[in-house]
Amino acid sequence: MDLQDAQNTFARWLDNAAKRFQKMPGSAIILRYIKSSYQNDPVRSAIELFLFLFAVRYLLAPKYSTQKQKHVALTEDEIDELVEDWTPEPLVAPETPFEALENEKRPVIVGPTGPRSKLSNGRTVMNLASYNFYNFVGNETLKEKAIATLRTYGVGPCGPPGFYGTQDVHMKTEADVASHLGADACIVYAQAFSTISSVIPAFSKRGDIIVADKAVNYAVRKGIQISRSTIRWYEHNDMQDLERVLERVTKEQARKPLTRRFIITEGLFENVGDMPNLPKLIELKLKYKFRLILDETWSYGILGRTGRGLTEHQNVDATAVDMIIGSLAGPLCAGGGFCAGSEEVVEHQRISAASYTFSAALPAMLATTASETINMLQEDSGMELISTLRENIKSMRAQLDPRSDWVRCTSSPENPIMLLVLKKEVIENKKLSVQDQESLLQDAVDEALANGVLITRLKSMPAPLGAGPRDQPWQPQPALKVCVTAGLSKRETEKAGVVIRHAITKVMTRRK
Amino acid sequence: MPSRTMNPFTSNAAVASSFDATDEKRSLRRSSVSRPNNRFTSFFSTSPKTRDAAALQAAVIAQQHALLNSPSPQPFNSATLSLPTISLSTATGEKSKIEERTTTLFQPPSPAEVRRIAKAHAQFGPLGSKNYLYSSRFEGGEFPDPIEDEPPYYFLITTYISYLVLIIFGHVRDFFGKRFRQERYRHLQERDGYAPLNSDFDNFYVRRLKMRINDCFARPTTGVPGRFITLLDRKSDDHNLTFKLQGTTTETLNMSSYNYLGFAQSEGPCADAVEACVRKYGVSTASTRGDAGTSDLHVEVEDLIAKFVGKEASMVFSMGFVTNATAFPALVGKGCLIISDQLNHTSIRFGARLSGAMIEMFKHNDMKDLERLLREAIAQGQPRTHRPWKKILVAVEGLYSMEGTMCDLPGLVELKKKYKFNLFVDEAHSIGALGPQGRGVCDYFGIDPKEVDILMGTLTKSFGANGGYVAADKAIIQKLRATNAGTIFGESPTPPVLMQIASALKIITGDIAPGQGEERLQRLAFNSRYLRLGLKRLGFIVYGHDDSPIIPVMLYNPAKMPAFSHEMLRRKISVVVVGYPATPLVSSRARFCVSAAHTKDDLDRMLTACDHIGDILQLKFSSGIAGGQEPIPDGLTNKEELETRKAISQGEKVVATPPRWRLEDVLKRGVQDVKAPLR
Repeated sequence: MDLQDAQNTFARWLDNAAKRFQKMPGSAIILRYIKSSYQNDPVRSAIELFLFLFAVRYLLAPKYSTQKQKHVALTEDEIDELVEDWTPEPLVAPETPFEALENEKRPVIVGPTGPRSKLSNGRTVMNLASYNFYNFVGNETLKEKAIATLRTYGVGPCGPPGFYGTQDVHMKTEADVASHLGADACIVYAQAFSTISSVIPAFSKRGDIIVADKAVNYAVRKGIQISRSTIRWYEHNDMQDLERVLERVTKEQARKPLTRRFIITEGLFENVGDMPNLPKLIELKLKYKFRLILDETWSYGILGRTGRGLTEHQNVDATAVDMIIGSLAGPLCAGGGFCAGSEEVVEHQRISAASYTFSAALPAMLATTASETINMLQEDSGMELISTLRENIKSMRAQLDPRSDWVRCTSSPENPIMLLVLKKEVIENKKLSVQDQESLLQDAVDEALANGVLITRLKSMPAPLGAGPRDQPWQPQPALKVCVTAGLSKRETEKAGVVIRHAITKVMTRRK
Repeated sequence: MPSRTMNPFTSNAAVASSFDATDEKRSLRRSSVSRPNNRFTSFFSTSPKTRDAAALQAAVIAQQHALLNSPSPQPFNSATLSLPTISLSTATGEKSKIEERTTTLFQPPSPAEVRRIAKAHAQFGPLGSKNYLYSSRFEGGEFPDPIEDEPPYYFLITTYISYLVLIIFGHVRDFFGKRFRQERYRHLQERDGYAPLNSDFDNFYVRRLKMRINDCFARPTTGVPGRFITLLDRKSDDHNLTFKLQGTTTETLNMSSYNYLGFAQSEGPCADAVEACVRKYGVSTASTRGDAGTSDLHVEVEDLIAKFVGKEASMVFSMGFVTNATAFPALVGKGCLIISDQLNHTSIRFGARLSGAMIEMFKHNDMKDLERLLREAIAQGQPRTHRPWKKILVAVEGLYSMEGTMCDLPGLVELKKKYKFNLFVDEAHSIGALGPQGRGVCDYFGIDPKEVDILMGTLTKSFGANGGYVAADKAIIQKLRATNAGTIFGESPTPPVLMQIASALKIITGDIAPGQGEERLQRLAFNSRYLRLGLKRLGFIVYGHDDSPIIPVMLYNPAKMPAFSHEMLRRKISVVVVGYPATPLVSSRARFCVSAAHTKDDLDRMLTACDHIGDILQLKFSSGIAGGQEPIPDGLTNKEELETRKAISQGEKVVATPPRWRLEDVLKRGVQDVKAPLR
């Protein structure tokens, strides 16, 4: 009974629906279509129906984010309450005692920087903390050139290189550096420190591979970080380890599409002071098809007969290195940095290196000073300066490295920045933590200053904020930094060396 | 050698000594050291060596005064051409000339003096009339967003079509090029096992679109980028692939440099101070701030800056980009949130990325969107862990360099009170350029700088120097000194740059040359408003706030970028054109940077040029909603504008008559209308 009723109702309903459907305009077409398709292929109709229903469902579905986030729905009042409750940390943490000490003790030089500098406490000391290796700061010819430039160009170029900030003096400096190095082309940045941090990400992108020395400086690390490339480290200056890493990378990547690969190392390591074996690096790079980025920030103007850097020192053609990054602010006592390489490498940076494109150009007077110091280094007098500096380094070293019981020098014999680290046995005997070493060395710096010699420590970057113990980057061993200068005579240098040695001895013996 | 450098040079006195004395000393010294083939000396072969310079200068000053006080300003172009050359040879020797001076009203300057004045005026134009001054500050009330006008659809559609055509052409050229001219594409292909340095895809835009207009970018210059800038003429024989310098130069009106207060000068008190500084300190301090690169100059400049911006302490860096790139990692890290304006400068993004903090972006200057983000961030906490954020740093710019808009500081400060975030304001463009005292956005809005946690800025722009600063409370700066990579590893700012900053700051505050700083600030404010109003009245679509010295004029069609730049260059005006990717794809624009060094005549010249070019290139397509209306009859308030703004905020269609003023009317009414609220 019930069933029949239901059947009847259903039939009636169906009839009604059919009638209504027929009244709809265009229904005949749909009907014909369905009929014909059904007759020919029922599976097709089923699929079409399914697709139609899916499309309807898809269009009617609410929007949702593709990021899977656990979003807790909260009412406005609850949010207000949370806002009220939220107490952020102070913008910066309070100074640590060591930082406060460092801030307090930072030397302030009154008047010009020179081999002898006057400090704010009124004392005149021998300055072995500045990179004034050739005493270019006090050079009268350079001052006159700078003033002449000032009177033609003013101080700042008031714009980025892309928008009327490129001045003829910049082009000249670029040409001068390129011809000095023997590279095809060169691009000048407004600051040395930021140069390599921009060069690396201009070329190396996500998915590219960077193999870098473990001891590379902070700027290189930041460049690598910004580039988001895959990074592999090799042991400091260990060419066998480098080869092992290169081989592994090549094997890993064999099946994948070819990506850009770079080896990054330094000419003279900021953190260690030594130099890599460039011919071997070139050999490996060619063998495994990597490109070599060489940070010559501390070696350009220092190494080689005319200060051309590591390439000259180890008799390698500068064009064999893909990118040479150097500083015009360090040994050359001007300002800015550069990257030298092929025409293609340089032109690419002009549009894609962040700190070139988005920063104002180098002040003209610094550019002309750099040109001038480069010329000076290539003249006879400049080469004399370089050999004087080397003599002074020798004299200083003689006072420190073999003679001191406490420290050894990790720098290369040609490096005017002598990094003195505590000897291994000393650290073990006295059980010195990194912090202890830092504060001991700071005491040695203070002691030397009290005796009229200004030196400094190798500064390392504090761990990034919020980083756990596992994110700690490689840290250099705490060291004293002694910057030898040709502005002091041999005797003065020796005297300073004795002062430093005694200062270290005094500090070390004072500590049990 | 050491003994020589130890001699602290006494040339501090040189600044104080009288003008002609310095000048003579300088020229003597210069000639004694410079070799004949020195290229720089050639610039100075014309340097003045006149003995009666002081007398002549007095005459010139008197003449300027006369001009300043004259009720109807005469165009003072003549200075750049040359003053009437009345020959001195007709008369007499030294003595009689001096006697004559008492009776002569106008002493024509000697040719050397004329050249000196012309050079000085090419760097910084003389003020035509005291009427051409204005001091701008925020009047209070709600800070309105500038109304963004839109062009007729025709221009938008043709813009898209243009890009489409460019892209299709590019691909067609690539298709054939890769087959028939392989050597040109070698650098984009794999070469003996090396991946290309530059991917084919990334390079497409540069190769096929930017290359076409490359001659509008990176034009080499020489000399001071002041009121005029001298371009080195160059030519390309291979469709902008390479350029050859022609050996000639063109002096153009400089509407492109960030020389807001006109401190790009090679003469005057700043340059004199810098010269003395170089003599005393040398060019560099050859060290980092952390080691031995801090000199008494650094300390002085940091104090000056802190005082100027109204903070307890500050620190200076040798590059503006690095100031941002290193400031963020020192302030925030993992577990912190940076909320950044969508249009923030690359350096802020660079720094934010380095810091390891989470980064969120809010719509440009949209306080509602910022509030929404803040509520969500605080309510939801860190992603996944839902721990509360350690701190939230909101980063904005004071003045946006591509839009000409200012940040809504009153709005931000209000939100800050409620949501307790830290506020970082990048005053790269606004410091010196905004506010009645030139102290940036805080000054402009009349907000206590203490409300902003970190005030960062660059010294490149308004001060004509280089580098950047961070100013904040003493405790913050002390901490940053010990933890900021730019201080620890970056080279210390050089003495000449520091001296330029110091003397520019002192001029602005009135410690040196009282009155000059104020004049510069007021001229900049006047010039910015004058040019902006004029362009609006001519019918251009102009972005940004009225008081901003950055004036973007919309071009839309990509082909109009080079056309505009070339037309301007033909009229000896250098402008910056920007397109994608620095701006959204459709809104290519030309950007004018107004300077205090510009005279009203320069701006009139600019308006005339824009008027002509606007007709040629069909650039006058504003609808009138963004201003440039017919003048308000005298005595009427600004109510109409308020109504219009209100109507737009309510989403109504506004009936506005497109402003298409005649150039003469624009020039005639400009000076008086510029001082009322712009409409």
